[in-house]
Amino acid sequence: MERRDFIKISGAGALALGAAAVGCAPKKAATAPAEEGPEEMVLRENPVNGDKVSLLGFGCMRWPMVEKDGQRVIDQEAVNEMVDYAIEHGINYFDTSPAYLMGQSEKAAGIALSRHPRDKYYIATKLSNFNNATPEASIQMYKDSFEQLKTDYFDYYLLHAIGSGGVAAFEQRYVQNGMMDFLVKEKEAGRIRNLGFSFHGAPGEFDELIGLHDSGKYHWDFVQIEMNFVDWNHADGRRNANASYLYEELDKRGIPIVIMEPLLGGRLANVPEAIATQMKEREPDKSIASWAFRFCGTQPRVLCTLSGMTNMDPLLDNVKTFTHFKPLTEEELDFLERMATQMMEYPTVNCTDCKYCMPCPWGIDIPGIFKHYNTSVTEGRYPQTQEQKDYQKLKKAYLVSYNRAIPTLRQAEHCIHCGECLSHCPQSIPIPRELQRINRYIEKLKQDTL
Amino acid sequence: MLRKIRIALAVIFWLGITLLLLDFTGALHGWLGWMAKVQFLPAVLALNVAVIVGLVLLTLVFGRVYCSVICPLGVFQDGVAHLNVARKRRKKDRKPYGYSPEVKWLRYGVWALFVIALIAGVQALVALLAPYSAWGRIVQNLFQPVYLWVNNLFAALAERAGSYAFYEKEVWLRSLPTFIVAATTLVVVVILAWRNGRTYCNTICPVGTTLSFFSRFAMFRPVIDADKCKNCKVCEHNCKAACINIAEHKIDYSRCVDCFDCLEDCKFGALKYRYAWGRKEIPSPAAPVRNDNAPVTPGEAKESQGRRAFITGAALAVGTAALKAQEKKVDGGFAVILDKEVPVRDIPLTPPGSKSVKDFYRRCTACQLCVAECPNNVLRPSTDLKHFMQPEMSYERGYCRPECTRCSELCPTGAIRKINKEEKTQYHVGTARVNAELCVVEQGVECGNCARHCPAGAIRLVKDEATGYRRPVVNEERCIGCGACENLCPARPISAITVNGRHNHIEE
Repeated sequence: MERRDFIKISGAGALALGAAAVGCAPKKAATAPAEEGPEEMVLRENPVNGDKVSLLGFGCMRWPMVEKDGQRVIDQEAVNEMVDYAIEHGINYFDTSPAYLMGQSEKAAGIALSRHPRDKYYIATKLSNFNNATPEASIQMYKDSFEQLKTDYFDYYLLHAIGSGGVAAFEQRYVQNGMMDFLVKEKEAGRIRNLGFSFHGAPGEFDELIGLHDSGKYHWDFVQIEMNFVDWNHADGRRNANASYLYEELDKRGIPIVIMEPLLGGRLANVPEAIATQMKEREPDKSIASWAFRFCGTQPRVLCTLSGMTNMDPLLDNVKTFTHFKPLTEEELDFLERMATQMMEYPTVNCTDCKYCMPCPWGIDIPGIFKHYNTSVTEGRYPQTQEQKDYQKLKKAYLVSYNRAIPTLRQAEHCIHCGECLSHCPQSIPIPRELQRINRYIEKLKQDTL
Repeated sequence: MLRKIRIALAVIFWLGITLLLLDFTGALHGWLGWMAKVQFLPAVLALNVAVIVGLVLLTLVFGRVYCSVICPLGVFQDGVAHLNVARKRRKKDRKPYGYSPEVKWLRYGVWALFVIALIAGVQALVALLAPYSAWGRIVQNLFQPVYLWVNNLFAALAERAGSYAFYEKEVWLRSLPTFIVAATTLVVVVILAWRNGRTYCNTICPVGTTLSFFSRFAMFRPVIDADKCKNCKVCEHNCKAACINIAEHKIDYSRCVDCFDCLEDCKFGALKYRYAWGRKEIPSPAAPVRNDNAPVTPGEAKESQGRRAFITGAALAVGTAALKAQEKKVDGGFAVILDKEVPVRDIPLTPPGSKSVKDFYRRCTACQLCVAECPNNVLRPSTDLKHFMQPEMSYERGYCRPECTRCSELCPTGAIRKINKEEKTQYHVGTARVNAELCVVEQGVECGNCARHCPAGAIRLVKDEATGYRRPVVNEERCIGCGACENLCPARPISAITVNGRHNHIEE
């Protein structure tokens, strides 16, 4: 479903569209004919060290998995194919972590990337010491990453997902165990070229982290934040800072920004029909996803926009977006702001399917339940009242697709509210409460009391 | 012509009842539910006077057409017998059957046993002998799994096509003993029908025997015109009920099931289905039938018993292997969830709509219609000898959902009375009780899932002074015994909160 379908819909039409480097005036670019200059991936220069980073980066968290000997393993062949295509088309930033894809991401990235000259790409990976932050375990994790990625230096190295848990968690994971001192030394030794952190959390927590930079205690070479046209002004602002705030704070200090979740786990590619229609009215030949990417690319302080591409189709579409890159005009930014406001009216759950909450100790398929609910809402398979004309049909569609997507024993009604998942969610979703909300909806459907 | 009408009606009834027993969607019972309600034994147990009187009158007027048209097991035997007759005809054997006298001791012996069992409430024996119950358990145990597998194949295709027309339904073995009995019943019935046509109906079937008391006096009967009869015995050799005695030009109307085959067999017009009251030449129903031949049936019964044992073993092996393979494996990326086990229940759980456990088991014919229909995988045949094959509820795979009243709409005997979902809340079929030692709160986990999902609001959480956690307590007065708490309890394999049955379910 999802992106692929939209890309298929948008089809071949986009071929003839104009190409323009990022430097061009947006209005001129929009009318420029196709034959004007070569079509090349937009590169952004890191003002600190002169790295020329592709504006589209490859996020290695959503690679395809296949069943092999009863185990879920990465489809290495598909990964190799995608990485080859990406490098051939100018993508030179690859972002992974020892935690991604049940710990298989780094190794697969290492296999695919080591088939290319090391100076053709930048590697970003992370210290994902969530469960065990002892110095031994942390250093081991750091060392293993070299081996997995078959390299002797990291271009970009991140403290993984700081924010939730506040500065206390930062202190516990990186300061008290001496890891910050260790990593600073590693940077001096040249094994880390840029040291930064990825952030999910509240504005106050961000202020404290950036305060460490201001006071000169630590120097952040770059910061990775969650940014997209919804989170720009519509993150809840309390548990999760608005991207506009984070962006401005980093921009003020001249810190390069890497973007994650530009599509909110695909939710900005598969938008509600009403919103999709308005986007298609404006850009009939461009994919829905392209709007979200253009939004990120339009901000000048953005060094790279990461996309967790699962197969060739989104890769082709994204490459097209960033080689024929057309920044958004003020008017288009206003349009996206209106679309974001409209999206907030849908009762979707802000889940990006990152699977950090899994495995749930009680066996619940948390991201699966949210994904099914969100897809049903955005695709209109979501009865809202019994008076609705096709209520019975929609009800059956919802319940049958729910049972197909989630085995009975992993459904929302089995969530016991133990709260184990809460601290793992980078989006700070009140998971048990949201599961209960979805289950109440399902009960109303089953009992015809909607 | 009469034969064709009989066959057409028989096919309609047989397909209707079989489909009703196969259906799991609830889509058919509105259309076909009446076919189960006009079955003889269910009508007797439901004290459905209109149907009983109707069937008796039908038999008094037309003979045992019930056995040839309405009874699904009878029609099924006709089908099996027909296959063998067709085979024999191809081999130029034109005498598939012949006259044999009534095996009285067996026939009336079984009937007496049946009546005693019915009065004494030994329902397992009643269910074992009754034709509708037999057909029900054959279809539910042996044919429905196949039906569901085909459905699941369609469901898989529908899923690929993005259609919601078909959905997957879990296939599971509800009770091995009942499965074995069903398989044995099928084998015995097929063997008897294949070799001797309507032996079961005329020597074992208590409904057939009951109707025979009336069919002897039927207003319309097939009658032999001795003047026209050339004694060719074509009719006798083709009578699957073995009731035509050409030597004496007599028909045993207690065994004739009015299939009308003989009417078409006779080339001389000597057999007519006609008004027969007040005719002198009609043999007296009380007249003893000549009994100089050794009875055939008991010997056959013995033989089939030997086979039964063998086939039972084979069916057991094949059946369990086939059903095990259907169990789904757990995905590696998720926490493993143990299957729930059946807890000890001092009193069995019977569905809302049943007045009391006693009343339920007294009326139920164990036809498995409710078991086949239950969308929540709650109903299954009991393995308790007292209620063998009769349904009981258990909550390992689901619970008795508040909006569902399907079994009550279907039950042909009144064991489960027809209720709507408001009336359902009045039935108090069981009471939940907490086993504090198993509760996950003991492991230091906040839960309360039972209280959260109790549709009756009967469960409250109280603070445990010792641990500081809130543990569930049950208000017995409010609890209706639906099993939501038991099914959704995270403690596995035995739930920390389980439902025990209650003797009486509703005050009247």
